[in-house]
Amino acid sequence: MEEKEKAYRLHLMVCAGTGCVSNHAFEIKGALEKEIKKQSLENEVLVVTTGCNGFCERGPLLVVQPGNIFYQQLTEKDIPHLVEEHFLKGRPVQKLMYTPPKEKTPIPVLSDIDFFKGQVLIALRNRGLIDPEKIEEYIARDGYTAMAKALNEMTPEGIIEEIKKSGLRGRGGAGFPTGVKWEYVRNAPSTNGGVKYLVCNGDEGDPGAFMDRSILEADPHSVIEGMVIGAKAIGASEGFVYVRNEYPLALSRLNLALKQAREYGLLGKDILGSGFNFDIKVHRGAGAFVCGEETALLHSLEGRLGEPRPRPPYPAEKGLRDQPTCINNVETWANVPVIISRGANWYSSIGTKTSKGTKVFSLVGKINNTGLVEVPMGISLKEIIYNIGGGIPEGKEFKAVQTGGPSGGCIPKEKIDLPIDFESLTEAGSMMGSGGMVVMDEDTCMVDVARYFLSFTQDESCGKCTPCREGTKAMLSILTRITEGKGTEGDLVLLRDLAESIKDSALCGLGNTAPNPVLTTMQYFMEEYETHIKDKKCPARVCRQLNTYIVDENTCVKDGRGCDLCKRNCATDAILGEKGKAHRVVQEKCIKCGVCYDVCNFNAVKIE
Amino acid sequence: MSDQRTSAIVEKYGTDESATLSALQDLQEEHGYLPREALLDVSKRMEVPLSRVLSLATFFNAFSLKPKGKHHVNVCMGTACHVRGSQLILEKLERELGIKSGDTTPDRNFSLDAVRCVGCCGLAPVIMVGDTFHGKLSQAKVPGVLKKYGK
Repeated sequence: MEEKEKAYRLHLMVCAGTGCVSNHAFEIKGALEKEIKKQSLENEVLVVTTGCNGFCERGPLLVVQPGNIFYQQLTEKDIPHLVEEHFLKGRPVQKLMYTPPKEKTPIPVLSDIDFFKGQVLIALRNRGLIDPEKIEEYIARDGYTAMAKALNEMTPEGIIEEIKKSGLRGRGGAGFPTGVKWEYVRNAPSTNGGVKYLVCNGDEGDPGAFMDRSILEADPHSVIEGMVIGAKAIGASEGFVYVRNEYPLALSRLNLALKQAREYGLLGKDILGSGFNFDIKVHRGAGAFVCGEETALLHSLEGRLGEPRPRPPYPAEKGLRDQPTCINNVETWANVPVIISRGANWYSSIGTKTSKGTKVFSLVGKINNTGLVEVPMGISLKEIIYNIGGGIPEGKEFKAVQTGGPSGGCIPKEKIDLPIDFESLTEAGSMMGSGGMVVMDEDTCMVDVARYFLSFTQDESCGKCTPCREGTKAMLSILTRITEGKGTEGDLVLLRDLAESIKDSALCGLGNTAPNPVLTTMQYFMEEYETHIKDKKCPARVCRQLNTYIVDENTCVKDGRGCDLCKRNCATDAILGEKGKAHRVVQEKCIKCGVCYDVCNFNAVKIE
Repeated sequence: MSDQRTSAIVEKYGTDESATLSALQDLQEEHGYLPREALLDVSKRMEVPLSRVLSLATFFNAFSLKPKGKHHVNVCMGTACHVRGSQLILEKLERELGIKSGDTTPDRNFSLDAVRCVGCCGLAPVIMVGDTFHGKLSQAKVPGVLKKYGK
């Protein structure tokens, strides 16, 4: 506590999200502390670790407050210079600041950087500003005031009315109106003395998506606060957070946050003297994608196999242990406190007619600014990709963006002006999904992408219903055949028939939506399928069975002087040649791994 | 026959059938895999049919029935890694280590697995060796990474 009362001249906010931690953020923190001590600045400069800042591409990150000075891609050896120049002598270090691609002048202040400019932070309101391991910092940012208001001043009906009026829709993907769901659960009869349950779905399984992970890691109290408010609304006294097994940092921060909330009387019995009791247990998933589906998740919570069951009855009527259960996703819960404290009218002023508020996306793939972004609903894909995302690296051409994970689809560049909301994405054949946004460029093969997602869903299919178990397998084998150059024209008809019937007949959302990546790529990129089938070529040169690697002997000798690098890296001794002389590929031995193409510095290796 | 570590975990859960999954998770963490004896122990002492224990142990990806190597290499196969070439990285690792994904080297130094998204897409393509991330990889960088772990 003593430390808190001290006034520091500077606060160094070190991002400790998973991306930055993987980039050695803790070593940076250690180096900063060591150097600050060495310069005797420990009473003036405080090092704080925060949750994910969002700009993962540029990690490890450091933001200096006051001033909002943004440093990026730090290494341990930069630290002595940085501490001496900026924190001792007051001269910010330009070369460690962010310079946008193609520009020369660095941008010192975080809020002036395009990546941050277009964002509106609600679910991520505390990002980079608080230490997620300290409840005091959450409280200092008005944390738990919405909960106090809900518990002491509002009726359950009043809370539900406010959430309904706000227009908040489930952020897990399907976009069901949250307030309506709460009302169902509130009105559903319990067969066990009024027991109802509340669940936070943090089984974020979509590949290329890490929104929920970041919220749990950066601001776990926002989720807890939202859940307490929801519990009062529906009349639950027990809640669960189901967290993916692959998220150890999120698990540990959440557990710590729960412990602190209990110590402060913000969770448990008689919360804030209101007479309301509610507590939360954490359940660790065991690595099954299908458990993100709500009925499968509930089975797994009960310790059973994570297999889905037909709905209705929906969990709102018959959920955990057969009692009415309200399930919402992490991001949905994180939105709730803001709606209660700032009001439904304010919240619904952001967004479009049918999709209110903001949405968090993880912007990844072939994009300059990989990271986590929160944008108002209704923003166009173009703004996200080009303004916030900084466009496509290496001057390549944008081809498509994939949203909604394995349940979503690919939206082509012709639709880049599409406004992001639940309806328009569904209309385009994709879906909002939980928020993965994977950008693809001219070097991405759309048939391969479809095959990739099918191999994912086929592998993760729980096997309970036949359409999904057998259907996805059949679709995958057709797609694999096509990418290997063995496809026939009849395959496309068969693929579409299979897709339509799986869509109509699978038991749960995983199966119903599994064909989407295939259907959208067939809708928008048919010519790529046809080139694979008719010409046995992959235009993006991704499908390796269709590639032939050759060395242009002229370039090899003239520019590269027969540098021998390809031969040394070749796994199967398929390259012949001596240093200083022309090299060539022995096709019979080549396994088409492409390493020669990657390592050649002279573009002498060509793909035909 | 059950060893002490297994006993301690199984005892904690008593005969609460709904805790079977949690017991298996703890055992996986303790041993690094689910030894056959441990599964038999869970079945017997928690009074759950072995078929049910096995169905849980084989349904969830977090469980392994085979022991893992000293260094567990996980190759991220998330979408962002896929479009940046993770399949090639996996195949390169398979060739370098001389094993297939899912297997362990005969000297038990490495085991290799393909995993779903590990959620640090900014580093794609990325692999994890134990708890350490190695990002922005290329096939040519793979041997250098393995070298750090005694390959």
